[in-house]
Amino acid sequence: MKLRANLIIGGALFALAIVVGLLAPWLAHTDPVMDANLLNAEEPPGWTWWFGTDDQGRDIYSRVLYGARVSLTVGIVSQLINSVIGVALGLSAGYWGGWWDDVVNALTNVMLAIPSLIFALAIMAVLGPGLTSLLIALGLTNWSYTCRIARASALSLRSQGYVQAATVLGYGDLRIMITQLLPNMLGPIVVIATLGMGSAVLSEAALSFLGLGVRPPFPSWGSMLSDARDQITTAPWLSVFPGLAIFLTVLGLNLLGDGLRDILDPQSRSRRA
Amino acid sequence: MPMLSFLIRRLLQTIPTVLAVVMLVFVLFSVVPGSIASTMSDDVDPQVELRLKQQLGLNDPVYVRFGKYIAKLATGDFGTSFRTREPVTTMIAKRAWPTLQLIFSAMAFSVVVGVPLGFVAALRPGGLVDSAAMVLAVSGLSIAKFWLGLVLMYLFALKLGWLPSFGYGDGSLKYLLLPAVTLGVSPMALFARTTRAAVLEIMTADFVRTARSKGMSETRVVKWHVTRNALVIILTTVGLQFGGLMGQAVVVEKLFSWPGIGSLLVDSVLQRDIPAVQGSILVVVLAFLAINLLIDLLYGVIDPRIRYA
Amino acid sequence: MTGAPLLEVEDLRIDLDDGSRRVAAAESVSFRIDRGETFGLVGESGCGKSITALALIGLLRPPLSIGAGVIRFDGREIQHLSAAAQRNLRGNRIAMIFQEPMTALNPVSPVGRQIAEMFVLHKGKSWREANQLAVEALGNVRVPAPERRVHDYPHQLSGGMRQRVMIAIALACGPDLLIADEPTTALDVTVQAEIIELMRNLCAERGTAILMISHDLGLVANVCRRVAVMYAGRIVEERGSADIFRAPSHPYTQGLVDSLPRLGSRAALGRNRLKEIAGVVPAISNFPDGCRFNPRCARATDICRTLVPTADFLEAGGLVRCHHHA
Repeated sequence: MKLRANLIIGGALFALAIVVGLLAPWLAHTDPVMDANLLNAEEPPGWTWWFGTDDQGRDIYSRVLYGARVSLTVGIVSQLINSVIGVALGLSAGYWGGWWDDVVNALTNVMLAIPSLIFALAIMAVLGPGLTSLLIALGLTNWSYTCRIARASALSLRSQGYVQAATVLGYGDLRIMITQLLPNMLGPIVVIATLGMGSAVLSEAALSFLGLGVRPPFPSWGSMLSDARDQITTAPWLSVFPGLAIFLTVLGLNLLGDGLRDILDPQSRSRRA
Repeated sequence: MPMLSFLIRRLLQTIPTVLAVVMLVFVLFSVVPGSIASTMSDDVDPQVELRLKQQLGLNDPVYVRFGKYIAKLATGDFGTSFRTREPVTTMIAKRAWPTLQLIFSAMAFSVVVGVPLGFVAALRPGGLVDSAAMVLAVSGLSIAKFWLGLVLMYLFALKLGWLPSFGYGDGSLKYLLLPAVTLGVSPMALFARTTRAAVLEIMTADFVRTARSKGMSETRVVKWHVTRNALVIILTTVGLQFGGLMGQAVVVEKLFSWPGIGSLLVDSVLQRDIPAVQGSILVVVLAFLAINLLIDLLYGVIDPRIRYA
Repeated sequence: MTGAPLLEVEDLRIDLDDGSRRVAAAESVSFRIDRGETFGLVGESGCGKSITALALIGLLRPPLSIGAGVIRFDGREIQHLSAAAQRNLRGNRIAMIFQEPMTALNPVSPVGRQIAEMFVLHKGKSWREANQLAVEALGNVRVPAPERRVHDYPHQLSGGMRQRVMIAIALACGPDLLIADEPTTALDVTVQAEIIELMRNLCAERGTAILMISHDLGLVANVCRRVAVMYAGRIVEERGSADIFRAPSHPYTQGLVDSLPRLGSRAALGRNRLKEIAGVVPAISNFPDGCRFNPRCARATDICRTLVPTADFLEAGGLVRCHHHA
């Protein structure tokens, strides 16, 4: 019962965020950047301005819709990069072992020693703000967990009969890894990726909040909240909607991840919260 | 004695990681093309830039610079801030206490609330309390820290006027409360989930059946036999969460204008104060490694099966 | 000792509820144990012997539950007692030893403390007194240097030592009945005999009755005065130990006896294969109609496939459920 509820609610929230992001140009009332009009500044939510307006008279509703694009792009693409890095390193380390395994292990230990948000912050500092920097910064800093799972899984699969049979048949290493090992570890990796997307959305928002995200004036939920902080006394509604949007998107991904784990990775259910 | 040799061995094991982090931080800021050039704004006189670079030793070959950097680090010298011309070590030292205060209060809050919540939830899995606790937990994990902070700030500082909205003040509890709770919510949620899962798993263990066969009430079974076993599992999560807390502290310190290492890091990043950025990151990493070492030692206290042999 | 039996089980049924339907994992289970008596319950894994034991001590957990029947202990029905009243019996008057000495003890608690708990729970002792009594109890199960051993953790003890600790826990409060579920299966053969001997002697000294559960008919018959054989959730034969070896009545029991190696027999000398019972035990959800042994039974006829055999009382004492018993 609970399993279904997780999947359905989580999937619905995530789907909603994607639809909103894709259809933003049609759903939005105004252009999120250009339609600033000081005559409409700081209108509270109401019939004309559903979510209110900010100090430059921009429609918060439209900006929240467009903000989904940044959040989802960063969430999905950066997690994809993480998954590819994590699987490539973990899989090859577990399969080949030896000095390469030691190298990957050392690398993972270093990654685990630096809090990922701080690492991302450092990369943003070097690359400067912007969407590409965000993708790189968040895509390079959160693969250690995927890597560990892939490594452990490759290690245990390596000795299995069918993998050894493939070796005997003269399959190349790469072919064995991709056709024999990868499909068998996909479940847990999809689960980690789903949960990782949620944390990437949160990290993007945090970096944008700190002024290191997408360059203003293009709307991102994090940077909208950063603006809202200064006006919390005069226009508290500015804080409500971007924050809610982040919350619902990440909640969706977390529920989806939990639900997928119950299906794809049942043995870990009791071990990991 | 075995504890001491364990400590020494673990310290030795940490050295390569520390070196790798130092190198990473150095490479990131000193070798990546354009990173140093871009620290100077465009309107700086080329002559001035050259002199500045010479002054900072930026014209030496990379390996020389790295060697010098390591040598200076070894004496506890993190360099001089580009921004304030102050030694970075002094800047960090001044801000260490507020950050420690914040992180440990947040950790205390999250453990004190999260762990019992997980226990209560596990005692009646599927029950009302369990469902409520788990909804709360997944929400706590999904909420953006700075948004939660904003909401709390609005409610308790601006609307109700019970607490100061931001700043360090005299560093007393009323200033600490909002930032610490904000920072502590997601580890709290995680601890609730981990504890619940750990307790549920332990409840199926054979020794719990033995305890029941002794005629113990469920409360006693949990108190006498489940708690300590669960703590072993929870401790691991607590150790790992310190890293996350240190990362999130950056955001929370910035939001509440808390004068800690996190806000130093952000300000230094925004103003491209490379020595201060490098110093802050290294200190955070060292602290994280030290805390995890401490946790490893704690294991031995809780779990008799662990020996420092 | 009074004439009334210590334990009477009448028509006990244990249900397994898998969410959609409810099947009887054990049914029509009836037996009695007198004070100080030794009684064995034998069968293959999955025959229902362990869940019967759990039912007696009130430790069945969902999806298992008592569906019907009566458990009378010391003249009192206990199957519907309140949780608190059950706890007063459990450990105190009915104690249990489990199979896994590796995992049955709490790994992060000193063994002395795990024994001392019994005195705190049931005898109202302070921890100080209880710890003293624990040293004594550990000495009683022949653990050398008990005053030092009480501080040990389970992982510091051998399997045999751990099972001694389990016996010390079980006998701490001087129970009337000790349920031993495969107490030696996980141990080395050399240690098995010691543990069995210890358990039997201590119970004899204290007048504690033993319900011993095992897949090993030879072991049970050696320890117990009477034996009941379970197959697929039902007791198929109940006899005195000597009788069951000499003249097993139920075809299944005969199979069990024939499959035992005997000292000096031709089988043991390797000239003859040990006999085995053809086929496998049916799954709970898939019990056959009539006598549940009929698909594996050489003597089976039509009646065996339709009608559940009733208990026939044998002249020499004991009972058997078979349409064609010897």
